[in-house]
Amino acid sequence: MNAEKPWVLIVDDEPQIRRLLTVTLEANNYHVLSAAGGREGLVLAAQHRPALVILDIGLPDFSGQEVLRRLREWSHTPVIILSVQDDEKGKVTALDAGADDYVTKPFNTDELLARLRVALRRSTKTEEAAVVTAKNLVVDLATRCVTVGGKEVKLSKIEYDLLRLLARHAGKVLTHRQILQEVWGVGHENDTHYLRVYIAHLREKLESNPESPELIFTELGVGYRFMATDT
Amino acid sequence: MTERDRPNPDALLAALQRDEARQQRGRLKVFLGMCAGVGKTYAMLEAARREFAAGRDVVIGYLETHGRKETDALAEGLPTIPRRQIEYRGIQLSEFDLDAALARKPKLILVDEFAHSNAPESRHPKRYQDVLELLNAGMDVFTTLNIQHLESRAEAVAQITGVTIHETVPDTALTDAEFELVDLPPDDLRARLAAGKVYLPERAATAQDRFFRAGNLSALRELALRFTAEHVGQDVLAERRAHGTGTPWKSGQRLLVAVSASPTSASLVRWTRRLAGELHAAWLAVYVESTRTLSDEDQARLAKHLALARELGAEIITTTDDDVVRGILRMAREQNATQIVVGKPAAGRVTELFRGGSVLNRLIRESGQIDVHVVRAEGEKFSSRPIRQENFWKIDFRTYTSVAGVVAGVTGLNAVLDQFVGFYALALTYLLAVVVLALFVGRGPVFFAATLSALLWNFFFLPPRYTFYITNFQDGMMFAMYFIVALVLGQLTARIRAQQTAERQREQRATALYLLTRELAESPDLAQLLAVVIQQVGKTFSADVALSLPDESQAAPVTNYFASTWALSDKEQTVAAWAFQQRQAAGRGTDNLPASEGLHLPLVAGARATGVLSLRFHDAPPLSPAQRDLLDAFIRQIALVFDRERLRDTETQAKFLAESERMGTMLLNSVSHELRTPLAAISSVASGLRAAGELNSAQKTLTVELDEATRRLNRLVQNLLDLSRLEAGHLRMNADWHDLRDLVRAAVQNLGGILNRHEIKIDFPPDFPPVKLDAVLTEQILVNLLGNAAIHTSAGTNIEFFARAEADQLVLRVADNGPGLPAGDAARLFDRFQRGPAAVAGGTGIGLSLVKGFTEAQNGSVSAENRAGGGAVFTVKLPLTKLPPVPEEKE
Repeated sequence: MNAEKPWVLIVDDEPQIRRLLTVTLEANNYHVLSAAGGREGLVLAAQHRPALVILDIGLPDFSGQEVLRRLREWSHTPVIILSVQDDEKGKVTALDAGADDYVTKPFNTDELLARLRVALRRSTKTEEAAVVTAKNLVVDLATRCVTVGGKEVKLSKIEYDLLRLLARHAGKVLTHRQILQEVWGVGHENDTHYLRVYIAHLREKLESNPESPELIFTELGVGYRFMATDT
Repeated sequence: MTERDRPNPDALLAALQRDEARQQRGRLKVFLGMCAGVGKTYAMLEAARREFAAGRDVVIGYLETHGRKETDALAEGLPTIPRRQIEYRGIQLSEFDLDAALARKPKLILVDEFAHSNAPESRHPKRYQDVLELLNAGMDVFTTLNIQHLESRAEAVAQITGVTIHETVPDTALTDAEFELVDLPPDDLRARLAAGKVYLPERAATAQDRFFRAGNLSALRELALRFTAEHVGQDVLAERRAHGTGTPWKSGQRLLVAVSASPTSASLVRWTRRLAGELHAAWLAVYVESTRTLSDEDQARLAKHLALARELGAEIITTTDDDVVRGILRMAREQNATQIVVGKPAAGRVTELFRGGSVLNRLIRESGQIDVHVVRAEGEKFSSRPIRQENFWKIDFRTYTSVAGVVAGVTGLNAVLDQFVGFYALALTYLLAVVVLALFVGRGPVFFAATLSALLWNFFFLPPRYTFYITNFQDGMMFAMYFIVALVLGQLTARIRAQQTAERQREQRATALYLLTRELAESPDLAQLLAVVIQQVGKTFSADVALSLPDESQAAPVTNYFASTWALSDKEQTVAAWAFQQRQAAGRGTDNLPASEGLHLPLVAGARATGVLSLRFHDAPPLSPAQRDLLDAFIRQIALVFDRERLRDTETQAKFLAESERMGTMLLNSVSHELRTPLAAISSVASGLRAAGELNSAQKTLTVELDEATRRLNRLVQNLLDLSRLEAGHLRMNADWHDLRDLVRAAVQNLGGILNRHEIKIDFPPDFPPVKLDAVLTEQILVNLLGNAAIHTSAGTNIEFFARAEADQLVLRVADNGPGLPAGDAARLFDRFQRGPAAVAGGTGIGLSLVKGFTEAQNGSVSAENRAGGGAVFTVKLPLTKLPPVPEEKE
């Protein structure tokens, strides 16, 4: 993995952000390509096949959503969205359309780098681990056994399905819609209250302090993220 | 199985609409009796007591117990609306107080004696109209009625008892009413009568024996029973029609009754209504307007007949034709009538022969497939004189004098011409005079001119002169032929002229309507439109016109439009307001407040009125049916245009709003982007420096400060953007289910370093349920409340957060141990740019106003007070949505 520096494509119309990101990423062992608009970004993505794309969803020529849609027609390259604070709807739309993660402006560089690493690792991982470990939680996907600090925890079927879904996508944001569709099935996309109730159950059973969760994080108005493992 | 068995969609819709209207309208229950004394009021009171006992809001509006003790006792304890006292010509009258009843608005109100006529100057001439208004206002009404007071039965009762009934109620007032028959065998009634238990007014005492004969009572009883049975039958039929069971229109019949100004028409109308009722057929009343002008008296009678037909449920059609038979048959064919009802003619045979055969014979001969009923004319109590004659021979002495003058003048001329030409030629001069006269005068004077000239010719010029004798056959033939030619020519010319006049009038009406339509269509804006309406209506009907429009300030239902040509007095204004609210015509010539000076017509399009048009006519006589039709057409047209205008306004406004919202959102997004991009850069630099490592402790502190400042600036930007959103009304609510604990954590995280100086205590009850709210707005509320607490208190103090889900509200509290609220009005805290005196640098004074705005946007409330132990507490209450069930699962 370290043998070759991965290529990252930045698509943002603000030159200052592009410059800053370029400096930061290059200092952290990435090759950087940058594009000021969606068209240029798509062309660069097609030519250079970058390992990851950082995409601003407020682009002047056509929207980041459109770039994402076109990119996803032919590529599975992980995409991290840059968005502003009050655009929950935009984030959810982008995530549902196949974006892997999002970072809200103004962002913290450490956080961005962490997200970048998780996304890259997830995209290069070929086979799924049979056991997911996070803090003192161990989820054995083969035997469906869940232990906290070595002690087995009894989960209901839905609780387990929910945990498995989150754990298998550790580090990645899953939108409400994605989770509801996966666990409860098509037609339950808007039953957010199911999710709130079951996440509360899970936290109660798994978190050492449910009041400040360390395993399952809430992305307000967007979805949930399971703690990134192996970091 | 067949087309006819399927419920007709129109019928279904009609039934639905009826149901809907019924639900909004109050229900009318009628206690029906065959005559006075059967105990209707008593039965009504008993029913009311039952409702009262069941806890309904029952009020007595008007009760006539005639001093009967049992009845009085039954009324005791029920709340009563005091009667209205009116002094009319020195007599003290007490009447039902409609306004008090409307103001009191009980669920159920009792109004005795449905057929009562109100005192003069009441709002309505009849009590049943008061009741209809109560029903429209949504109240249920109990009332009492004797069968003889029912319009469609009044005549039958009069025939049975020989007593003419004056106070009648139209059958349409009882549509949708529920009937309870209060029945008493005639013998029992007579026994009660003998025992003095039935109150009768003094003057009726003499009629008593005649009226209450056993034979009469049985007949009346049968009438009442049959009416009730019929009514039940109609309900069943309506039900069946709506649900497609049984046959709809049993006969597919459509009746047409010819209505005229003749006094017999009223009974024809009633007869047709009965037949239509029995056949379950639709019926229409047709008036054929001819070239003859009607006297005012006839005009009024005709209007009454048409109104009667309308009240009894007929469709009214007015058409113009000089030939009545042709007119009736044309309408019958156009309207697919299957049966025609006409009266048995009372006129003599002479005029019939003169007019080329009896009207009746022609009607029967030319009606083809259509059946014709000839009904005996009744109700000729007022005058049996045929009106046609009356009009035909109506003598206008001025015209006749001038006609005589012209004929005398021609005779003088002929005396001169006599010296040069033969006496036969002189006949032609007379003939010319008669024809010319026919161009100017009516048929009567022309007839007179023809006769007079024939006689004068004979007397002065036909030998032997100065006698009326005619000696030779040739002269006799000449005279006879002259007479006939003069008569026919004169009459024909007069008729053509009359037809032309009628044609012209029709054309004028059509033109007037066309002009109105065109002018309305061409008006570029509402002001112009209103001006056109006032001007055109005023011109066409020679009246002063006032237009009242709904008042936007809602102070009064309507206000007078400034460009009106008639400034409404306060009294007329009230009438106009009433017409607007009730969506009924009111004022002169109507049944509502007929004492008013003008006629007030609501402009109704769809279910609502858009205004009222008031007319004060310059001429005294009432409108002719044709004019009234034209006025109705005008009103419909104007109402449609108004409605269209209103819709267009609403649409434009909606478009404008959407556009301004779009622009606003775009601007805010762009500002947000512009402000946040440099912030993102700063924040990224600060964290970048830290991440690059190898910083000394001072440098580290500096980057932390930089980071903190960026956060603060970011919050400020957020608040300012939120504020402009709130100001512009562009808040988009996006309520969803959330775990409130997540929101609190996000708020605490968002505030970052500010809270480090304090200890935050968060208090949630166990099993706190998910709540439905807008995450972004609520997070901002929490950020601002917690931030506010942190700024206004010294380091090291506690900040407590507390959340509870109560019955129907979510209560959030943020409490601190700081100096408490500043003295003064606590509510002003939430005003914009109010800053507490103890605030350390860092507040902008908009945080709390945002808290208030965001809380209210979610239909909640916020308050602030001082705590007993020192410090301030802010309480936010938000409505709590009940958590929908979450499916249980087996372990």
